[in-house]
Amino acid sequence: MRQHTVVDLSHLATFGSGPRSPTWWGTLGFIALEGTGFALAAGAYLYLAYIAPGWPLSAPPPNHWPGTIVTILLLASVVPNHMLNGYAKKYEMLPVRIGLLVMCAFGIAPLVVRWFEFPALNIYWDTNAYGSMLWVLLGLHTTHLLTDVGDTIVLTVLMFTRHGYAGRRFGDVEDNVFYWDFVVLAWLPLYVLIYWMPRF
Amino acid sequence: MSSVDLAPEHHGIRDTELDEISLHRRLAETWRTRPGLIGFLSSVDHKVIAKRYLITAFVFLCLAGLAAVVMRIQLSGPERGLIGPDLYNQIFTMHGATMMFLFAVPMVQAVGLYLVPLMVGTRNIAFPRLAAFSYWIYLSGGLFLWVSFALNTGPDVGWFAYVPLSGPEFSPGKRADTWAQMITYTEVSSLAVAVATIVTVFKQRAPGMSLDRIPLFVWAMLVTSFVVIFAMPAVMIASTFLILDRLVGTHIFNPAEGGDALLFQHLFWFFGHPEVYIIFLPATGMVSAIIPTFARRPVFGYLALVLSLIAVGILSFGLWVHHMFATGLPKLGASFFTASSMLIAIPNGIQIFCWLGTLWEGGRPRLNTPLLFVFGFFFTFVAGGLTGVMLASVPLDLQVHDTYFVVAHFHYVLIGGSVFPLLGATYYWFPKLTGRMMSERLGRWHFWLALIGFNAAFFPMHIVGLWGMPRRVYTYPVELGWGGINLFISAGAVVFFLSFVLFVINLVWSATKGDVAGENPWDAGTLEWATSSPPPSYNFARIPVVTHQEPLWAEREVLPVAGGLRVDAREVLISTIAEAKPDIREKSARPSIWPLFAALTVGATFLYSIFTPWAVVWGALPITISLVGWFWPKGAPEDEE
Amino acid sequence: MRRGLGWIAALSGSILAGCNGVQSALDPKGPAADELANLIWLFTVLCAVIWVLVMAVLVTIMLRRRQRRIHPLHVDQASERTVSRVVISAVAATGIVLVALTLLSFFANRTLAGVGEDAVLTIRLTGQQWWWEVKYENAEPSKILTTANEIHIPAGEQVRLVLQSDDVIHSFWVPSLHGKLDLIPGVVNSLTLKADKPGVYRGQCAEFCGLQHAHMAMLVIAQPRADFDAWYADQLRDAAQPLTEEQSTGRDLFLDRPCVMCHRIQGTTAGGTTGPDLTHVASRRTLAAGTLQMSRGSLAAWIADPQSIKWGAKMPVMNLTGDELNAIVAYLENLK
Repeated sequence: MRQHTVVDLSHLATFGSGPRSPTWWGTLGFIALEGTGFALAAGAYLYLAYIAPGWPLSAPPPNHWPGTIVTILLLASVVPNHMLNGYAKKYEMLPVRIGLLVMCAFGIAPLVVRWFEFPALNIYWDTNAYGSMLWVLLGLHTTHLLTDVGDTIVLTVLMFTRHGYAGRRFGDVEDNVFYWDFVVLAWLPLYVLIYWMPRF
Repeated sequence: MSSVDLAPEHHGIRDTELDEISLHRRLAETWRTRPGLIGFLSSVDHKVIAKRYLITAFVFLCLAGLAAVVMRIQLSGPERGLIGPDLYNQIFTMHGATMMFLFAVPMVQAVGLYLVPLMVGTRNIAFPRLAAFSYWIYLSGGLFLWVSFALNTGPDVGWFAYVPLSGPEFSPGKRADTWAQMITYTEVSSLAVAVATIVTVFKQRAPGMSLDRIPLFVWAMLVTSFVVIFAMPAVMIASTFLILDRLVGTHIFNPAEGGDALLFQHLFWFFGHPEVYIIFLPATGMVSAIIPTFARRPVFGYLALVLSLIAVGILSFGLWVHHMFATGLPKLGASFFTASSMLIAIPNGIQIFCWLGTLWEGGRPRLNTPLLFVFGFFFTFVAGGLTGVMLASVPLDLQVHDTYFVVAHFHYVLIGGSVFPLLGATYYWFPKLTGRMMSERLGRWHFWLALIGFNAAFFPMHIVGLWGMPRRVYTYPVELGWGGINLFISAGAVVFFLSFVLFVINLVWSATKGDVAGENPWDAGTLEWATSSPPPSYNFARIPVVTHQEPLWAEREVLPVAGGLRVDAREVLISTIAEAKPDIREKSARPSIWPLFAALTVGATFLYSIFTPWAVVWGALPITISLVGWFWPKGAPEDEE
Repeated sequence: MRRGLGWIAALSGSILAGCNGVQSALDPKGPAADELANLIWLFTVLCAVIWVLVMAVLVTIMLRRRQRRIHPLHVDQASERTVSRVVISAVAATGIVLVALTLLSFFANRTLAGVGEDAVLTIRLTGQQWWWEVKYENAEPSKILTTANEIHIPAGEQVRLVLQSDDVIHSFWVPSLHGKLDLIPGVVNSLTLKADKPGVYRGQCAEFCGLQHAHMAMLVIAQPRADFDAWYADQLRDAAQPLTEEQSTGRDLFLDRPCVMCHRIQGTTAGGTTGPDLTHVASRRTLAAGTLQMSRGSLAAWIADPQSIKWGAKMPVMNLTGDELNAIVAYLENLK
């Protein structure tokens, strides 16, 4: 079949950020499926709590302080996270590098406190279904946190190399910001379920 | 401080600067899959990956089909001793798990992986390395299941693996672990392909392919991919909870410690019912592609068909409880699910009527094999849909649930609704994949043998189910009088199996000896027919510009195209979501061996975790290394802009 | 040719056998199954009509004489509108049929839920891998009766069945009397059973429950009230005393061997509860949850090697000598 060129694409940009970029949509897809996983796990927890005669099952409620500290840290991290986003949008290398280092710190800090969250649950995973669900929810979010912090660290190292001076890398930083918001957001309902539902 | 810290943009070589011959040469050089073993293992071409998927899924279909034949021989008469209960239970579990997780879903996703980029007029799938990774995950998951079976640790708890039977107390050994890990693992691959498909459809459509010009098959794959994203996590959660109960002693499903056995069923069927539509919706897309071509007119009721697809996708999440009517749930809740299950028949009905309307308004249809299989689809799927309406009724379901009536029903729906369209699609798109037509003569024989064999095997199952024969029994007593009809069923099953032998012969013969097809042998209207058969590695030398729902029917002489993409680097066109206006010249990833390593490390971790939960800890490092290797830029132009 | 005829004969023979079968949903013998069988036929006829209509349209499309179209995009707007109207009407008709079927199903469900407010008897049925424990409840402890794999009920009266499980999920299903209901660990379900006439109705487990799911049958035996009362009184008695030397040896062997770990025989020291109660085992029609017809030979075969008859069953091989086996069988055979 003969062809006839009617559209010229040569002037188009070679990268874009936010909803213009396919990576952003890919990130959103993974957020959607992981969010579904979290929602279903939370649903399973609520289902078991609903059919149980009392909640928590034969255990004192967890000590909420380590969890509360993690929550405060995560909420506080949203501020530098969005500052980082602003610098990435403007392709400013130095503030982006500093912002990524800050975000690495804000990723590692809750992981350290997380270590103390597990004993503060006041129950083991193999004691009863209540204990199992607490450990599962906390474990699920810890895995989530761990992978995203790992991702942030790799990206930080990358931005300190010559590969960082590319538009798509700044787009990657923006996607990392986007995903971190999800990590924070996913934690809030879990925090309520794990620490406050057994108290009411 | 400078406001923009970016390396300067490379101009590269543009397609507008080249004549036809050097354009093809440069594109072929840029997009090729490298020769040699490493090249083979590194390929990120969606067509190469999709063909691997198709062949692998077909092999699994044959294995699972053989398992069915063995079951049918065992059941051909009462009290037969060909295989004992232990092997029978493994075989029916393997049959179900393989058909659902290793054949049906990967097969429809593979057809999408091959066709969606061609149909939307782009050069590769979005996230091609993710697609390559998915294939390796899928292959290793399938091998894991079948090697386990060969080593006598194949799962024996049914493809649904209900607790407590699959729990630590009643399934000691590793068989149920095999099921749980295989599920979690292979669903990773479905999810990844779903995300890649969605992004391809959203962002990589050819200029002008606005939402109302997207081919219906692409719409079907889009809706299916959304269903995958929201359904598959449920089964992963269920199988993960199960493996935790089994391996580290949690009590999520243990009623003695506050857990609940029905929770597993809720999670499983929250996935399990949408699963049926994950298999069925792409098949409706294939029907919507074949019918207009043979009726020689655009599909009747395009908008109604799109809305029906979306409606089915959404409603499929509101039906799961109809698999649990016999568990004694509260009556009011159960009645709600009767109503919702009836409701989904309406969008499905709309689809059927629109297809019939297309055929009615079309010219005299050419009765080629693809259309024959579409007629076979109508013949069987409508029957299966109607028995589905019967099963939606709570009281009626209580008599036929878990009997051979249900076995008949879902084979009518899955084989009639999905496998027949898939076979039709094979005859329809085989020329595109191989450049050769399939034999019509063998095709007709294949069709009639399949239709007769299928109905002979599965229609009597309705009757024997009403006579009281439950599913999943390895034998039955003489005095119940089910022997004759079961013998008939088994004979039908053998005929149906033989039809597939004929199909394989046709495939092999046609691939080498079939008539040469040319670009567009059926004179169809969608973009996959606007390139050579088989398509080059870069799909289109220039990106087509779409002016109509059936672009090749609207532009019969000259194809309008877009120029200006680089040819010395892998560039694809990113367009806007709704109107598909050109927006970005995005880079597409080059071949890489790292997705294979990533799949191997993830696979080894999953396998090892059956033996110790610490595997997750030990596996973390190699997985991290392979993922860093995957994403780390290698200095190619694709990485640096 | 003759073989073909034989085929047809075998097939039609088996269709008849099925319709009169003791385990057929199409051969209802109680109010619940009656209601369900009517519903099945009604749905089947309606669905068949719809299927035939769709096929008729398809056949018409194939047989109609029409030109092949040259220009695929040329569409006749007038006939397009006609087809639109037909499609919309078909969708509307589908909607009406579905609403009707939903209502029918809802009312049938209500009828089923309505029966059984005044049950004369409560029976607790416990699913086990792979047999059924049947326990007749009674306010007086001495009138509580435990048996296995056989549910006797008075014909024409409503009986309440309480369903539970101690191991995996099973499902109670006696097609000619009632639809399925699952026995789920941690859940208590109940249903009302009524047989219109005396008779023997077979049922079997309908939820996959492991190795011997296929051999987990039970019989519901509906009897006239007087017969039922007599049976009940009979079953409440202690086990029969041995009448012969051999039977008495058999009893001693039984009580001496691991048999007592699992089985109970009322009136002796055998008090195991993990296996079926054997107090009146010989009065039952089948052995091993419907696997064998009750007879001396079956008892001997079963005890000698249960694993070759029902592989995976929880009863181990006892390694008895021939004489020991004969003695135990003689004893059990007397437990009517």
